Amino acid sequence: MSLCHLPILRAGAAYESLDTVELKDLRGGASVALVSQANAGMLRRDMAKISAARRALREVPAAQLLDMCRRAGELFLCETLPTGLNGEKQSPQQYIQNLSATTGLPHALCRLNMGKVGQVFTQMPQILSGLTRGLDLESVRRGQGEHDGALVSFYALADALTVILPSNSPGVNSIWMPSVALGIPVVLKPGREDPWTPLRIIQAFIAAGYPPQAFSFYPTDHEGSNALLQLAQRALIFGDENTVARYENNPTVQVHGPGRSKVLIGDDCVENWREYLDVIAESIVANGGRSCINASTVVVPKYGREIAQGLAEKLAKIEPRLHDDENAVLAGFANPKMADIIDAVIDADLPGAEDLTAPLRAGARRVELENSTYLCPTVVWCRDFSHPLGNREFLFPFASVIEVPQSKMLEQIGPSLVVTAITRDEKWIDELLQSRMIDRLNIGPIPTNRVQWDQPHEGNLFEFLYKRRAIARA
Amino acid sequence: MNPSEAACQLDAHVREMIAWHFSSETGCPFWLDWAKKSGSDPRETVRSFEDLTRHFEHFEDEWLRDEPNERFVPRAFAGQPYYIFETGGTTGMPKQRISWRDHLLDYEEFSDTLDDKFFPRGANWLMLGPTGPRRLRLAIEHLAQVRGGVCYHVDLDPRWVKRLIEAKEFDVANRYKEHVVEQGATILKNRKIECLFTTPKLLEALGEKLDVPDAGIKGVFCGGTQMTPQVVRFLTEEVLDNRAQFVPTYGNTLMGLACSVPMTAEDRWSVTYYAPQPRAVLRVVDPSDTTRTVGYGESGRVELTTLTQEFFVPRFLERDEAIRREPRGRYCWDGVGEVRPFGQMEKKTIEGVY
Repeated sequence: MSLCHLPILRAGAAYESLDTVELKDLRGGASVALVSQANAGMLRRDMAKISAARRALREVPAAQLLDMCRRAGELFLCETLPTGLNGEKQSPQQYIQNLSATTGLPHALCRLNMGKVGQVFTQMPQILSGLTRGLDLESVRRGQGEHDGALVSFYALADALTVILPSNSPGVNSIWMPSVALGIPVVLKPGREDPWTPLRIIQAFIAAGYPPQAFSFYPTDHEGSNALLQLAQRALIFGDENTVARYENNPTVQVHGPGRSKVLIGDDCVENWREYLDVIAESIVANGGRSCINASTVVVPKYGREIAQGLAEKLAKIEPRLHDDENAVLAGFANPKMADIIDAVIDADLPGAEDLTAPLRAGARRVELENSTYLCPTVVWCRDFSHPLGNREFLFPFASVIEVPQSKMLEQIGPSLVVTAITRDEKWIDELLQSRMIDRLNIGPIPTNRVQWDQPHEGNLFEFLYKRRAIARA
Repeated sequence: MNPSEAACQLDAHVREMIAWHFSSETGCPFWLDWAKKSGSDPRETVRSFEDLTRHFEHFEDEWLRDEPNERFVPRAFAGQPYYIFETGGTTGMPKQRISWRDHLLDYEEFSDTLDDKFFPRGANWLMLGPTGPRRLRLAIEHLAQVRGGVCYHVDLDPRWVKRLIEAKEFDVANRYKEHVVEQGATILKNRKIECLFTTPKLLEALGEKLDVPDAGIKGVFCGGTQMTPQVVRFLTEEVLDNRAQFVPTYGNTLMGLACSVPMTAEDRWSVTYYAPQPRAVLRVVDPSDTTRTVGYGESGRVELTTLTQEFFVPRFLERDEAIRREPRGRYCWDGVGEVRPFGQMEKKTIEGVY
């Protein structure tokens, strides 16, 4: 049987490239699929015509886009959808199997992420309401309307949203999905190991009635990614501090950098720290520790070592399991060298801190199972933020625990995507609310990974894609 | 001619060239000294192309940098002014070869392979590719003239592009590409030009500035860098819209020009090139045992042997790898397919924006 060949979608039209990348099962090495690769010239050519995609999507009334979005969610979660160039289709179970095979995520996490993406489809009205603060979406589509009795006008800043996707977690696709519901087509460059998720989302949207032209899907190389970014009017990318720095002054590119999410415990709650260990552990471990909303630092005013020890005892029990074990929590590394590098970096930076999980584990941090490489959860007790591991995040469940007086915490935490502050101290809550370092704030024992759909974080996509103009009509 | 007749013709040509280059009447100091030092006379031992592999080690590219050019002048050409052509290079002394008529002959022969429908006789050409001390600049102009037209040029210094890319100054490299392509587009808009020589990347960039067939171009002769099947297909189907003919070639200063045969659906856009045998011979060799030619369909390193009266270069290892392909059409000898930079070269090969 020939391999399933995933296409390029050029404004919805499937294209088979002669350049392909072969995706393999990380565990057994068997070939799973061929993925057509777009050449940079093709991307430049297509991007010059992208305004036609926007015109096609704008034809559809806003309410219909939302109806179709809900239907797309049902299709994404439950139906068999087109995948390959030769008519191959993919059932939900095959999606889980394919995704797990090429990314290393266990089935349980694939299913969890699938559910999260499914929720984005079905919760789209609430998400868009959160993004637009309750605007009438038909007014946005038409370019003019009324809001709170005033005439409002919005115009799109881009004919399409370009997204260079990573492969670390399928849930990351939730970030671009509102774009099409807002009437802005997408141009997606999938991560190498996970072309499955964006393609399945696209096929669900199309099957539900979205104009195919609204979806471009371009597996490509670095040259292709650079071409997409150069031509994008609005783009989302993911990367490290260097990427953040490179695009700092480029308003057309929004970089999703390291999350450095944290759990903070206030003076008023620290005596009861044992009560919060489950919330902290979930913040660190959920989704295999692969998300930017996973906590990577726990900041407490006292009992630092005890809290670190308590967390270590919980986390050290988590071990790699077979990929189809429903209780599997950890994800294998698609690139084992990455695991080796992370393992070595932690060991090299450890002096002056203490890996409290190490003595509790049966073996080393780096473990192989089913030909896949895993890193076991690691809790490090650091005395302060100046330690090299004090404010680091890695692509597995890793956290440092740091002792800082409550009065110094906000000046030391640095930029943090999510902060869960366990406190009832209104004065400190006021200071937390005023902090410019915190993107999303959970007050009270809420795990950092819990997302509320009406609360946009990491930049408001609507404001990134649309601009309000003053308008008057005689 | 069939493949065995072609092999006989090649063996006879090898004997003739060996006789020429190792005779004190006609040979050059470099090879006469080589024979003296080696203590053997190739005229007695080399009777066939195969014998070259037994008798000669790989020609070293350093010789083309270190040896004075005069040492390569065959006595038979003494006193006749010659051209000096250079290859690649970004720093230090570039590789050089001398030439009298070889480059003209190569392109006259190539001209006979072009289809007059797409490369009309009397049509004018634009040469949008590496200029400077390269034979390509003169060769394309000669090709245009041989076919009854004239050739317009745009300056392009590929060494500067390579330097920019080495220094990761991609923005500057792109601006330079823009600068070059804009000049080409201006000439196309203001002069009647039907034939184009350019490189794949510049053709792609030109196609972003204007509709190449609508600008009057009927045929594009393309070379200079690697062309994957996808790039060939993209350029043919999209940039040229299947309206202008795309003729890919593989060539360099030492070899001349290897032509391709028109592609069929079975080729899946994979181009095969054939050296201008017997004046140059391409062999695809096993990189770990370069005396062994790989099997048909297998990949290996490209080895070039140049056999003209002007220049003898035995067994030069190119910085390319390719698939060995069967004889085809008018070419009764092996071809090289899907040429790409050789992976294990000491220095990283940089394919420029040109």
